[in-house]
Amino acid sequence: MKKTPEELLQIQYPPPKTDWMDPTIDFEARRGTWSYPGAAKNLEYLGFPNPREWSPADEDWKLPDNWKEIIHEGFLDLLGRFRSIKIFMDCCVRCGACADKCHFFIGSGDPKNMPVLRAELLRSFYRKDFTTVGKILGKIAGGRELTIDVIKEWYYYFYQCTECRRCSVFCPYGIDTAEITAMARELLNLLGININWAAEPAANCQRTGNHMGIPPHTFKDNVEFLCEELEEITGVHIDPPINKKGADVLFIVPSADYFADPGIYTFMGYLLLLEHIGLNYTLSTYASEGGNFGLFLSHDTMKRLNYKMYAEAKRLGVKWILGGECGHMWRVVHQYMDTMNGPADFLEIPRSPITGTVFENAVSTKMVHICEFTADLIHHGKLKLDPTRNDGWKVTFHDSCNPARGLGLLEEPRYILKNVINKFFEMPENTIREQTFCCGGGAGLGNDENMEMRMRGGLPRANAVKYVHEKHDVNILSCICAIDRAVLPALVEYWVPGVEVSGIHEMVGNALVMDGEKERTTNLRDEPLSGKEE
Amino acid sequence: MRSLQALAIVAALCGIVMVAAVVPGFRPLLGIAVPYLALIVFLLGMTARVVGWARSPVPFKIPTVCGQQRSLDFLPHHKLESPFTSWQVFGRMALEVLTFRSLFRNTQSSLTAGKNLAYEPSKWLWAGALAFHWSFLVILLRHLRLFLEPVPRGILFLESVDGFFQVTVPTLFLTDAILVAALLFLLGRRLLDARLRYFSLPADYFALFLLLVIAGSGIWMRYFSKIDVVGIKEFAMGLATFHPVVPASAGVIFYLHIVMVGVLFAYFPFSKLVHLGGVFLSPTRNLPNNNRARRHVNPWNDRRPVEVHTYEEYEEEFHDKLKACGLLQEDGE
Repeated sequence: MKKTPEELLQIQYPPPKTDWMDPTIDFEARRGTWSYPGAAKNLEYLGFPNPREWSPADEDWKLPDNWKEIIHEGFLDLLGRFRSIKIFMDCCVRCGACADKCHFFIGSGDPKNMPVLRAELLRSFYRKDFTTVGKILGKIAGGRELTIDVIKEWYYYFYQCTECRRCSVFCPYGIDTAEITAMARELLNLLGININWAAEPAANCQRTGNHMGIPPHTFKDNVEFLCEELEEITGVHIDPPINKKGADVLFIVPSADYFADPGIYTFMGYLLLLEHIGLNYTLSTYASEGGNFGLFLSHDTMKRLNYKMYAEAKRLGVKWILGGECGHMWRVVHQYMDTMNGPADFLEIPRSPITGTVFENAVSTKMVHICEFTADLIHHGKLKLDPTRNDGWKVTFHDSCNPARGLGLLEEPRYILKNVINKFFEMPENTIREQTFCCGGGAGLGNDENMEMRMRGGLPRANAVKYVHEKHDVNILSCICAIDRAVLPALVEYWVPGVEVSGIHEMVGNALVMDGEKERTTNLRDEPLSGKEE
Repeated sequence: MRSLQALAIVAALCGIVMVAAVVPGFRPLLGIAVPYLALIVFLLGMTARVVGWARSPVPFKIPTVCGQQRSLDFLPHHKLESPFTSWQVFGRMALEVLTFRSLFRNTQSSLTAGKNLAYEPSKWLWAGALAFHWSFLVILLRHLRLFLEPVPRGILFLESVDGFFQVTVPTLFLTDAILVAALLFLLGRRLLDARLRYFSLPADYFALFLLLVIAGSGIWMRYFSKIDVVGIKEFAMGLATFHPVVPASAGVIFYLHIVMVGVLFAYFPFSKLVHLGGVFLSPTRNLPNNNRARRHVNPWNDRRPVEVHTYEEYEEEFHDKLKACGLLQEDGE
């Protein structure tokens, strides 16, 4: 990032003099605010149309000759399959309630990041092509001719939306920009236009079972390495089952949790917890990804990647599925999986073998969020916890967009945190729970070439962290999302140096008093515990 | 610019109507044909619109959840912001439709001292919208007194409440004043707020100007020109009983009022005003957050098979690696 925080804060909120209907974008001048396109090899692997090497900064995007027709037919198809898009195209009154709810607008001042205008980019084409009034009156009725520049503008702005759904909370008709963005991305996909940071993980996941492209033996190596670390820190030897047939529970986590810092500490926390309670579970190499970057490409891709969860649960003969801490993963599991790849009639209704609790909210999908599982364990007094081990941390909790606005999973993580740590501070109320702000890197935008936009989009979140950092000396931002854990460290380093990022189960792991453990002198990061510094 | 376009269109419409109304020969067209035609267009148009929406399925259950889910017994479930049952959805929808719950949440963000973001509660839009919609509804209902004989008690009661202050002769209806104030507020913010002005379309101003003409002409007739209400009621009853006769006493403003109401009705199904129906069908609001408990069926799910990567294909590709690290399950194991 070349620009300093001070420079980035020079945000111009008053809109420009130019008419928004002018779609021209100078990609070259706006480097740092867009993502690289999907590489040909990934599109080929996924069987997507028009694989080729190109750059958004190129004049010629190498689109098929009949691109206009493809988009028109594609939109017609979407209108026929999704009532949501019809309603959202027709009902907006442009009241402006959503205008300043988008983190990208707040951080950039770019008027086309106002959710209302982001939607109008698509809506203007809809009016021109599909409504009688728009066909006749054109521009005066808000219609706009579809040109190559409009396609380029769509690429820029629909890959500048993280599908966080905050605007939808404030819209009087519940118009959901995530839905609109998803439809626009479906359309762009038809022309072979998408971003590599979504296409590559999706291609990897299709082939290896996880976004990182980790083959089975490396998966096993990673897990074993983390277990060695754990043994060093706790003295407890753990040998997590992998691909074990007949386990009670299949445990699926986002791949970043066993791949990169700081997710690995969360993974270590999971392993300690499951060992602590003696759950008969298994990990899987085939279903080694909780997340689903298909969500950021198309509904069909989401379905393809999600298929592995139920398929693997069936193959291994487990009773139900437990899922790790990941945001968009849970949007897919909660709102799409059962519909797309269910019914899961080969599984049993999830019941915690430790507490006997039946998870009534998951009787059909048969997949339980680990925060639900752990909160229940704590409530029943099944965990031996020593929260003082976390006394070095002053914690705040970042509600990840999808668990908050997709599930309403608000209290479970807070309940857990309050039982495993002593120092908890909430961020201001308009920045948490259902009003939470995105990390700025969701929906495939967490790549490095998009860094300026990430820092801008993450500003509202970082600013709220800064508030509790300055007021309460908060030094760790806890969350339940792997994308958060991947992109928030860079964000807080930029805006609020001195704050770390963690998952909830890292905190759980620190506090868990394991049978046969040695005296702990460090936390899971191998840093001295508060009061145990040498 | 876009506001002027809309103003020009409304002004032109007004001009045409007022000129035409001077010619007695045009009056049956304006007073009788326009209302009937407008009503037909409205009914057919709205039916087509709603049927058009309904013809597309709701493939996924995608509520925007705004409160704690129903999960563990010891965590308080927020029934209205995260409805689990149909009744709870009904409650959420009622709150949305009757009180504009989501708009009530509105905040205004600001960057203070060049570095601190703040989000202050902002209720003006909510208040203006609520004031407009409710007073419009009351006025619409009050007009039923012209079409019904005897006038239903509910309408009389509504009038007595609405005219509670009895300040002018004829009695001032509060809703008349509120409607105009709310419309002027909604128009004012659209014109004065640079951000709103930036994305407002001619259609956004058109609806406001149209409603202002309707409200203004109605107020003129009731409070200033003091139109012959008995004659108007005869006219309205005639329309309602399909024996329409143009009122002898009515002037140009009366025809302006009637025709502009007709324009509003006819314009309705082809405009953003369809949010009246759409709000009930919005899948982020009208679906329960019980996704993992009740399976939602997508009618086209099976018609769109996708190419999946089966375990067998995976095992074939990674056979040697699985075997080398002891993760291969041989047959019969």
